Amino acid sequence: MYQTDNLVKDLVEKHGRQRDSLMPILQGIVEKHNYLTDEAMVEVAQELDISAAEVYGTASFYSFLDTEPRGKYVIRVCKTITCAMKGKEEVIEALEDILKIKVGGTTSNGLFTLLETNCMGWCHKAPAMLINDIPYTELTREKIIKIIKDYMHK
Amino acid sequence: METKKISKVDLIFEHIDPREVLTKAYGMTRDEIIDEILESGLKGRGGAGFPTGMKWKLCSEEKEKTKYIICNADEGEPGTFKDREILDRVAYKVYAGMTIAGKAVGAKKGIIYLRGEYKFLLPQLRMQLDGFLKMSNEIGYDFEIDFRLGSGAYICGEESALFESIEGKRGEPRNKPPYPTHSGLFGKPTVVNNVETLVNSVIILKYGSKKYKQMGTMFSTGAKVFSVSGDTPIPGIYELELGMSLLEFVKEFGDGDTKAVQVGGAAGFCVPRKLFASTVIGFEGVPTGGSMKLFNSSRSMYNVLHNYLEFFTEESCGQCTPCRVGCQQLLRGVESVKKRESKSTYLNELVKLADTMKIASKCGLGQSVGNAFKSIVENFREEIIY
Repeated sequence: MYQTDNLVKDLVEKHGRQRDSLMPILQGIVEKHNYLTDEAMVEVAQELDISAAEVYGTASFYSFLDTEPRGKYVIRVCKTITCAMKGKEEVIEALEDILKIKVGGTTSNGLFTLLETNCMGWCHKAPAMLINDIPYTELTREKIIKIIKDYMHK
Repeated sequence: METKKISKVDLIFEHIDPREVLTKAYGMTRDEIIDEILESGLKGRGGAGFPTGMKWKLCSEEKEKTKYIICNADEGEPGTFKDREILDRVAYKVYAGMTIAGKAVGAKKGIIYLRGEYKFLLPQLRMQLDGFLKMSNEIGYDFEIDFRLGSGAYICGEESALFESIEGKRGEPRNKPPYPTHSGLFGKPTVVNNVETLVNSVIILKYGSKKYKQMGTMFSTGAKVFSVSGDTPIPGIYELELGMSLLEFVKEFGDGDTKAVQVGGAAGFCVPRKLFASTVIGFEGVPTGGSMKLFNSSRSMYNVLHNYLEFFTEESCGQCTPCRVGCQQLLRGVESVKKRESKSTYLNELVKLADTMKIASKCGLGQSVGNAFKSIVENFREEIIY
């Protein structure tokens, strides 16, 4: 759970109150907090003068607009064919070992969430993953350990 | 069928002075620009292959005052990564293509719909855009460009789903007609072009349609950026003339043990080794948005098919039943045949289902699930069953 404070108001100020501002506003909240709480969605609905169901309906359509609690760093491992062929399973195993969570889980300190995603356009440098917005490619166990350690100490 | 030898070109990523092309286009009439693009034979590079000049012409004939140019940068087709590379290296050519398209159809606003997975590019793209807009304004253009981000939905690459997404809704495709050139974003006439298509329009205006047509074949003019991945010693981005045979392609990119190539991504076709020589890469043969995935004999085509079906099951928007239920049933169906819970002849029923999806689905996603499904099941039946 988080408080949106003035975030929603600021985003509405920036993007406007039209229906087509909805995506940028929701993306703005996710950028800051990594997922959408019910309260945040209700607040957006009030600001845009549309029903909360419409906000939730839109948010729940998009896999990057999470409506469940997520960690500070959301790891998305590509599972589509080329990455699958080039060692995606080993990537998942390495991440599960280091983070001590399974796919779909969040570490108890709220730092990392581990998810899978569909093709993210790095097939020539497979296997690949995203941590929040940053892509990491040609992954090996050693590389993954280093990347995660860097995030732990950020 | 006549095929060409493999021929590498360097036009898309070649650095040019955009001011020169923009100035030239500024001096042309709308019809002259459209005629040049029509004459070039350019077809959309996103995969569907609609003639670009025709799209611009239809939109330019609309009487509405407000029109939009949309650059489709929601590159989500598995195995495609060329648009990211183009935006990363020569974004100014994309902006130039949009600006010229805007002049041709009479639009003043352009939007680049960038997939969420490529958000890391945004700061660099915005910075380059500022410089570009300054230059285009100096020449005399009155055309603005803005960015909108996707949020991880493959279907939003379908143009009408893309409109819905920009409008702040679920990315569910609309019925067609009306077509976007008549009623697109916010119900206004809209041209949606792929990133690479827009760069091609700049190339055509720079070099002229005559020179452009010398590349490729009669039905597939020009060159194309291919995203090569899978079992190849040299994965990456390659710009090649259209019209080569798949055999030529495999000779260049294969690892000596290629048993199949998936041309056009998950929505495309799987071509087995025996058909390499007779398959032309282009609109007269197997069209592609650029995705070329090579599989060698160590790969199980069951796993490939299963991966694609999982992909479609997740990415189907769920709006129309043939696609939503069809994807799920195809996935369950091949699993049950593999586990011997169903007879192998059940595959014939699944092929019929894939045919039904092609006819009954609302948009390109559901309509093309059968491409990969049928071409893998028909050519690698044993691997699916045993």
